[in-house]
Amino acid sequence: MTTLLQKSATLCAVLALAGAACSAPQGPADRTDDTFVLGLSSEFDNLNPVLGFSPDGGSLIFDGLMSRTPDLTIKPALAAEPPTVSKDGTTVTFTLKEGLKFHDGKPLTSQDVEYTYEALLDPANNSTIRSDYSAIKEVAAPDARTVVFSLRHPYAPLVQRTTLGIVPKGTLEKTRPVGSGPYRFVSWTPGDKIVLEANKEYWGGAPAISRLVLAFAPDDNVRATRVRAGEFDATVLPPKAAAGLRGRQDVTVYDVPSADYRAIMFPMTQPVTGDRAVRKAFGLALDRQAMADTILAGAGTPAYGPISPDTAWHNPEVTGGTDPAAARKLLDEAGWVMGEDDIREKDGRKAGFTLMYPAGDSLRKELALAAASDAKKIGLRVEPIGLDWDAIEARLGKDAAVMGFGSPYDPDYVNYELFHSGFKGQGFFNPGLYDNPEVDRLLERGRASGERAEREQAYAGFQKIIRDDEVYSYLVFLKHVYVIRGEYEGIVPGVDGHEHATGGLFAGIPTWKPVA
Amino acid sequence: MRAILKMVAWRVAFAIPLLTAVTIGMFALAQASPFDPVRQYLGERALVTSPEVVESIRQNWGLDRPVLEQYATWFGNLAGGDLGESRSFHRPVSEIIGERLGWTLLATGSALVLMFVGSLVVGTLAAWRRGSWLDRVITGGAFANEAAPVFWLGLLAIWVFAVQLDWLPAGGLTDAASTTINPADVAAHMVLPVAVLAISQSSWLVLYVRESVIGVLREDFVIGARARGLRERTVIVRHALRSALLPFLTLLGARMPELVTGAILVETIFSWPGVAAASVQAALAVDFPLLAALTLLGTAAVLAGNLLADIAYTVADPRVRTLGVG
Repeated sequence: MTTLLQKSATLCAVLALAGAACSAPQGPADRTDDTFVLGLSSEFDNLNPVLGFSPDGGSLIFDGLMSRTPDLTIKPALAAEPPTVSKDGTTVTFTLKEGLKFHDGKPLTSQDVEYTYEALLDPANNSTIRSDYSAIKEVAAPDARTVVFSLRHPYAPLVQRTTLGIVPKGTLEKTRPVGSGPYRFVSWTPGDKIVLEANKEYWGGAPAISRLVLAFAPDDNVRATRVRAGEFDATVLPPKAAAGLRGRQDVTVYDVPSADYRAIMFPMTQPVTGDRAVRKAFGLALDRQAMADTILAGAGTPAYGPISPDTAWHNPEVTGGTDPAAARKLLDEAGWVMGEDDIREKDGRKAGFTLMYPAGDSLRKELALAAASDAKKIGLRVEPIGLDWDAIEARLGKDAAVMGFGSPYDPDYVNYELFHSGFKGQGFFNPGLYDNPEVDRLLERGRASGERAEREQAYAGFQKIIRDDEVYSYLVFLKHVYVIRGEYEGIVPGVDGHEHATGGLFAGIPTWKPVA
Repeated sequence: MRAILKMVAWRVAFAIPLLTAVTIGMFALAQASPFDPVRQYLGERALVTSPEVVESIRQNWGLDRPVLEQYATWFGNLAGGDLGESRSFHRPVSEIIGERLGWTLLATGSALVLMFVGSLVVGTLAAWRRGSWLDRVITGGAFANEAAPVFWLGLLAIWVFAVQLDWLPAGGLTDAASTTINPADVAAHMVLPVAVLAISQSSWLVLYVRESVIGVLREDFVIGARARGLRERTVIVRHALRSALLPFLTLLGARMPELVTGAILVETIFSWPGVAAASVQAALAVDFPLLAALTLLGTAAVLAGNLLADIAYTVADPRVRTLGVG
């Protein structure tokens, strides 16, 4: 027993030493000035584009055939020039740049491109983005620099989809990625961070920031604190958490517009929400500016349709405003008369509906509550209810729900599935059972046509009908708030999408330069 | 020695049906869960993924098969050493456990040592100065600590030492900007989680040591030793503490379940990248393969803890015959 106690004493001494070591001031010993620390709110599931990692070109480690500039122009990346599209629109041919190499020095050829797309489309790989690429029938690599996509149907947005990163043939590697992009992978400490270093031989020029750390910190306040403390050089924050950093000398706050909207989806076959007059009146009663100002702390703009006014595809005729008087008039004319309890009625039915929102999402909850309170002023009873997604999905055809979608890249993205009658009742695609042959026709024309003018016309018409039918009540487009410490040249805000995995403002890091 | 081997054999024989029962229970719970694992896998993409893709993932995972068949497949793979693929981390379960288990063992092992040494020292101090203000602070503190939830203690520690005083990092394994794993850096990041884990689990140990040392101090042989004029330190350490140590070991072993649950909370609060934190993510994501492996690991840790305590007891005192040993 004495020995046991002696051992404990030794351990105690060791712990005491460790304690002493800990209380010594920790300088940023192994931190060099050229390390840039990015605080991210969520960790990546994996680092393989085939399995769904950053398909929209924000990955830094990988290059796609094409890439996107902040102003959303699509330009060749691995491809030497824009692709050639066959007359019938079903064959798209890319030619690769010469001398392309992966980070491990192996050449990047059309076989790698072919492999990437085939692996993505193989159902056995359980890729989360497979349905985005369902238009592709076959990919072929007739020679080392040529890639030919054969499509099932003419699909204009295919070129936008080719921002997908290319992986070396035969790799389904999830954690130690080898790409060809501006940064090469160094290490991943799961639950903690990913370290990247600049690819000095990058075909597009070596990045000025030579070392990049992506640190994961899910809590918003923790990220804000660590930016203040100088531990993080940049992060993305909810507007309210960023408020305390505005006006500081060492920090710049960027409010980046996005195509990311929140909107209320109506089930079209239900007695109350199926009445266009009720939907229109509800839309008129909403004070969207107040939602943007208070709930989003100013980081948002009112929304009236699914396509962001910050993109070239927006139809400027799609606007709106708050007009409760007009809303009341509309309901009166449609036969919804005010009942004794300040709720309208028609044929013995109360003018009310249930509005679902995901219980853990405080933004959607606050929007639902605000919408319910606006609706009450015109005699509509909206009952917000917080549920988890599984419960929401089961009730989608019966009750309204606060949804969020939006992509700035191509108007075909998501909208085709959300409004085409062919997707009626399929999960989250068109759950309200919206069915309008004219909308179907416009969506099909927009997708198939290779002519920009014809596409623009089709989507302008589509937006107008969606607005007139008030299929959704669009509430707000969010702004994404980024904070960056220090001064850099070359930071160009673009328009973000709904999904943060695109990289947003941080997709441009390879071209940032510290201001000396 | 033979007695110990026999005891180990008995315990292992008992552990196998127990672990099997645990897997059945877990499987039944996962089946009853209202959450859809495919949606958790897809995450935010669930809303823009076609139902056809969702269905094909479901089929690839075998979720469309009868429950018994799913269980048989899983159990067969487990017996063959294949733990399956984690759905929330999108990687093999063995890989995830492999890279995280070390960090958990480091943190809980350190906490266990700190708990052991700390409660012996503090409990003995309280017994030795029985009735003094020091004793009252220690006993009162132990009772208060027992009532405080681990997560609350963790958040309090972060608030005091990381936010207000800025002495220690609030979480993570290393400094955010450091690109290597440096031992001093890791040690600094370990202080708060290890201390919180150890302190949160040690109330009963402290109180137990105090009680038994007080008891022993009243015994004839201690009074005799004191009468012989032995130094006070010798009396306390050699005589009183020594007799109190044996049952203390068993008590330490019995604390294993609390230590496992404590580790889960502490790792989550301090973003410590261990297996315990992964189990929270696995549970939230209905990631059955990972959750199953981690639950088995947790159960095995509890069984092993008790076994080790009993072995230590038997080694220390050959007169002892523990349960199941003739």
